[in-house]
Amino acid sequence: MSKQIIVPFGPQHPVLPEPIHLDLVLEDETVVDVIPSIGYIHRGFEKLVEKREFTEYVYVAERTCGICSFVHGATYCEGIEQIMKIDVPERAQYLRVIWSEFSRLHSHLLWLGCFADSFGFENLFMGAWKTRERVLDFMEETTGGRVIQGTSKIGGVRRDISSERLDKMVKDLDILDQEMKELTTVFLHDDSVRHRLRNVGVISREDAYHLGAVGPTARGSGVAIDMRKLGYGAYDRLNVPVITDSCGDCLSRCTVRAKELFTSTDLIRQAVSKIPDGPVEVKVTGAPDGEYFTRAEQPRGELVHYLKGNGSKFLVRSRIRTPTLTNIPPLIKMLQGCELADVPVIVLSIDPCISCTER
Amino acid sequence: MAFFEMVRTALRTVLQQPVTILYPAQAAKKTPISRGHVVHDGSKCISCSICVKKCPSQAIILNKEAKTWQIDRFRCVVCNSCVDTCPTKCLSMDTQYTAPAAAKGIETFTITYVKPPKPEKKDEQKP
Repeated sequence: MSKQIIVPFGPQHPVLPEPIHLDLVLEDETVVDVIPSIGYIHRGFEKLVEKREFTEYVYVAERTCGICSFVHGATYCEGIEQIMKIDVPERAQYLRVIWSEFSRLHSHLLWLGCFADSFGFENLFMGAWKTRERVLDFMEETTGGRVIQGTSKIGGVRRDISSERLDKMVKDLDILDQEMKELTTVFLHDDSVRHRLRNVGVISREDAYHLGAVGPTARGSGVAIDMRKLGYGAYDRLNVPVITDSCGDCLSRCTVRAKELFTSTDLIRQAVSKIPDGPVEVKVTGAPDGEYFTRAEQPRGELVHYLKGNGSKFLVRSRIRTPTLTNIPPLIKMLQGCELADVPVIVLSIDPCISCTER
Repeated sequence: MAFFEMVRTALRTVLQQPVTILYPAQAAKKTPISRGHVVHDGSKCISCSICVKKCPSQAIILNKEAKTWQIDRFRCVVCNSCVDTCPTKCLSMDTQYTAPAAAKGIETFTITYVKPPKPEKKDEQKP
């Protein structure tokens, strides 16, 4: 047996978009164990809930993450609405679905770009981000913000989208679909990409399930879990297909995300075809008294917001459990036994978002 | 299995104009509802301080004696909360971002609003 050495990886590393530190225990070039540590960007959002009124905390909840911001805001609002037993108007629920799915498109395209960058395919990285710009343009036209939408509010949504704009959006989706098809063909069929990702960072179905993998990481190993199937918001009225892949390696996780892009555009089309007319918000009076666990599907997996109020304007407890936190144990399992050169690709393959994780 | 899947896209991109713009030489792409920065109209502000209470990042300072409304652009998260809740609509959202600054500072606006005098009640004649 050769001598073991420890190589620090991160928090500053060219491949990492956000700071996570991994101590890689190596034997020659093979990783035998990994010791993760987080805590570089803790911002104390959960404590801040005691200092901001529950209606203003939506803005704070949204800023938990810079990519899936809308889902955080909508999930927080849903939690408060459930505690206060507010019936959100149908149109607002559909609008939340539309923006959530655009968030997913934006997140997955960003991830595909970063992933291409991690295996050194710079041209593909630029291509993915160019396509993502179309999604961001739509976000800015309808909400006023590129990445922080700020349209969720307790009791509905802040802005409506006109029916003409929705029709135009559906036409634009065809162009987006075409661009994404070209892009995903490279990810799924190009020989150099497949050669780099196949059988790298393999995690079995059982391990993924028992270690608590969520989202595309779990679905890439064949565990068909998707919180959208719970039917929160307007998802119970839409047909949500769950994309899975059985190999459990980096290519499988990439395949799941690439195919989910088209699921998202399909869900937007379904939502636009079913969206009813009517108000987009209801007036909210009183303050939340009680507690609730909200579960939602973020682009990265299951998101849980726990909220507890005592009848005053300030909540007493908020707890956010984000998908990256639960995907770290499976990540360690994937890294054990891999080559040092594969570490950046495997770390990126779970789509780590450390800002979310540390809140 | 396929090789050179990216070539067609890459060649087309080479022949196209760049998709990026030379900001700030060229203006950034903005929509009518883009959130750029908050603008204060001193002639309408009634110093009610609702914006101060509703600001999630505590970026707004209101001084009723000195008649000033101040905003710390480095704290402001441009969430539109103050603009939504302003009762006199003296706050509005500009679509352009503020220019980058080298030092932190607080921007001060003067409140010029003067409360109109109450209409004098006519003395009712006693019966």
